[in-house]
Amino acid sequence: MTMMLLTAPILLPLLFMVVLILTRKRLLFQQVFSLAASLTLTFVSAWLLITVRQEGIATLQMGMWPAPYGITLVADLLSGIMLVTTSFVALVVMVYSPGFIDRERQTAGYYPLVFGLLMGVNGAFITGDIFNMYVWYEVMLTSSFVLIALGGSAEQLRGSVKYVTISFVASIFFVSAIGIMYGQAGTLNMADLASKMRGWEEMPYMNGALMLFFIAFSVKSALFPFFFWLPASYHTPPVAITALFAGTLTKVGIYTLFRFYSLFVVQDVLFWKVFLLVVAGLTMSVGVLMAASQFDIRKILSFHIISQVGYMVMGLAVFTTHAVAAAIYFTVHNMLSKTNTFLAGGLVYQRSGSYDLKYLGGLYKARPLLALLFFIPAMSLAGIPPLPGFFGKFLLIRGGFLSGDYVITAVAILVGLFTLFSMVKIWNEAYWKKQPDDCPPAGKVGRPALAATTLLAVAVILLGLFAGPVMEVAHEASLQLTNPEIYIRAVLDH
Amino acid sequence: MLLLLAILIGVLYGSAVYLLLRRNIFKLVLGLIFLGHATNLLLFVASGLTRGYPAFIRNVAGETRQMADPLPQALILTAIVIGLGVTAFALVMVYRFYSVTQTVDLDELSENE
Repeated sequence: MTMMLLTAPILLPLLFMVVLILTRKRLLFQQVFSLAASLTLTFVSAWLLITVRQEGIATLQMGMWPAPYGITLVADLLSGIMLVTTSFVALVVMVYSPGFIDRERQTAGYYPLVFGLLMGVNGAFITGDIFNMYVWYEVMLTSSFVLIALGGSAEQLRGSVKYVTISFVASIFFVSAIGIMYGQAGTLNMADLASKMRGWEEMPYMNGALMLFFIAFSVKSALFPFFFWLPASYHTPPVAITALFAGTLTKVGIYTLFRFYSLFVVQDVLFWKVFLLVVAGLTMSVGVLMAASQFDIRKILSFHIISQVGYMVMGLAVFTTHAVAAAIYFTVHNMLSKTNTFLAGGLVYQRSGSYDLKYLGGLYKARPLLALLFFIPAMSLAGIPPLPGFFGKFLLIRGGFLSGDYVITAVAILVGLFTLFSMVKIWNEAYWKKQPDDCPPAGKVGRPALAATTLLAVAVILLGLFAGPVMEVAHEASLQLTNPEIYIRAVLDH
Repeated sequence: MLLLLAILIGVLYGSAVYLLLRRNIFKLVLGLIFLGHATNLLLFVASGLTRGYPAFIRNVAGETRQMADPLPQALILTAIVIGLGVTAFALVMVYRFYSVTQTVDLDELSENE
C-alpha cells in the first residue's frame, strides 16, 4: 500500500503525460482528461498526507536496495503538505486554462508539459536522495523551459533566454555541490549523509558544499541577490502558466532549503542562522520596494513573489518549532494566494485587454465580482485578518519575537505595510479610479476562468477560517523538521 | 593526472564564464556547454580517481580486488544526458530567437524591452 501511495505522485503524472502526448490534437479530450487527472492527483496527495499523519513518515526503498545504497522515497508531513497544495494549485490552473490559453498553445503540448512539470515537482518533494533530487529538478525545469517558450513570441523568447541560462547555471551549482559532498561523505542518501555528518568532528569542505547548494536553491526560489531573473521572465508567458510557476516552481526551492537546513546544518549553526536572516530580510525588503515602482500588474506580482519568499526563509532561519510551523503555513497560504492574484490579474486582462495599470480603471464599477476576486487574495497577501496571510505573518512575527530576533521581526512588520501599499496600488489603479479614455475595448471573461479564480478564492478564505487545524498539521510537520533524527531513523531503520 | 584534470576544469570554467558574459547569444550557449562539461569533470575528480581498475568486480568468494567507484560514473552519465537535452533545447531556442528578432546581440535585446 505504501509502495503504491508513495510512487503515485510521480507515476500518475507520467502516465497522464503519456496519454496526453498521444492525444495531442484532440482538444476537448485534453481539457477534460487533464481536469480529471489533476483532480485524481489532488485526492491521491491528500490520501498520502493523511496516511503520513496517522502512521508516521512513509519510506520506500526502490528496487529493494537497502537504505544508503539505493534510492529512497520518503514522505514526511512537509512533503505531504507541499504535494497537496501543489496538486490543488495545478487543479485550479487546469480549470482556468481552457478559456484563457489560446488554441494553438493548447494543442502544441501545453497539457502534457504541465504534467511533466508536476512529475518533477512531486519527485523533488518525495525523494530521499540528493542526486535523484537533481534529476527531478531537471525534469521540472525542462518542462518549465518549454512552457515558458511555448508559443514563441518575441517577448517570450527574450524571457526564456534569461530563464534557461540562469536555471542551467543554478543546476551547475547544484551538481558541483553534489560532487564535492559525495567526495567528502561517500554517500548521497540524505538521511545517511545527515547521520554521518552528526558523527564527525571536522568537515573541511562541508560549508563550501552547503554554500553551493544554497546558491543553487536561492536562484530557484529567487532569494536576494539571485532574484533578477524572475521578474524578467515570469511575466512573458500567458498568465495561467505564470500562475502555475508562481504557485509551484519557486516553492520547490523553498522546500529543498527547509529539508537541507534541517538535515545538514549541524556545523556553524550560528553562522548559517545569521546568514539566512540577513538574506531573508534583504529579500523581503528589496522585493517589496521594487514592486512599488512597477506599473504592470504581472510585474508587481512577480516582485511580490520574491518579497514573500523572504518571509518563508525568515521562519526557517529562526528555526524554532513555532517559527518553522508558521513558515510552513505561510508557504501554503502563499502558494494559494499568489496563484489567485495572478489568476485575478488574468481576468482583468481578459476584460480590459491590458496588464498596464495606466490603461486600466473602473473595473470595480463595471465588474464588481472581478474586483472581489482580486480583493480577497490581495488582502490575504497584505495580511488583513481573517485571511490566511494575517495568521501566517502574525505567527512568523510571534516566532521571531519569542526567539529574540528583533531586527528581522521589525523588518517583517515594515515589509507587511509596504505589501499593503502595493496591493492597494493595484486596487486603486485597476479597480477604483475612473476608466481612462484611451482604454482598450472591453472583452469577455471566460466562465471556466472565473470559476477557477472563485474556487481558489474560496480555498484562501477557508485556509484563513480553518487556520487552527491547518496550523496543527504544520506544527507536527515542523516538529519533524526541527528533530531530524526522526527523519533519519525512519529512512535508515527500514 | 589529478593536477592536469584540475587545471583543465579551471580552464573550462574560466572559458565558460567568459563566454557567458559575451553579448553574442550563440556564445552564451557555448558557455553553457562548457559549464556542463567542467562540472561533469568536477564530479569525476571530486569523488576520487582510481586508475586502471574496472568499476565492477566478479562476485567470487575470497577474491578481493581494488575497484573504481561506479557511482560517480553513473552520476556523470546522467548529468551528460541531462546536459545534452538542455543544450539541444537551448540551441533550438536560440535559433528561434534569431529568426524572430533577427539579431544575436543580447544588448539589442534589452533595448527592445
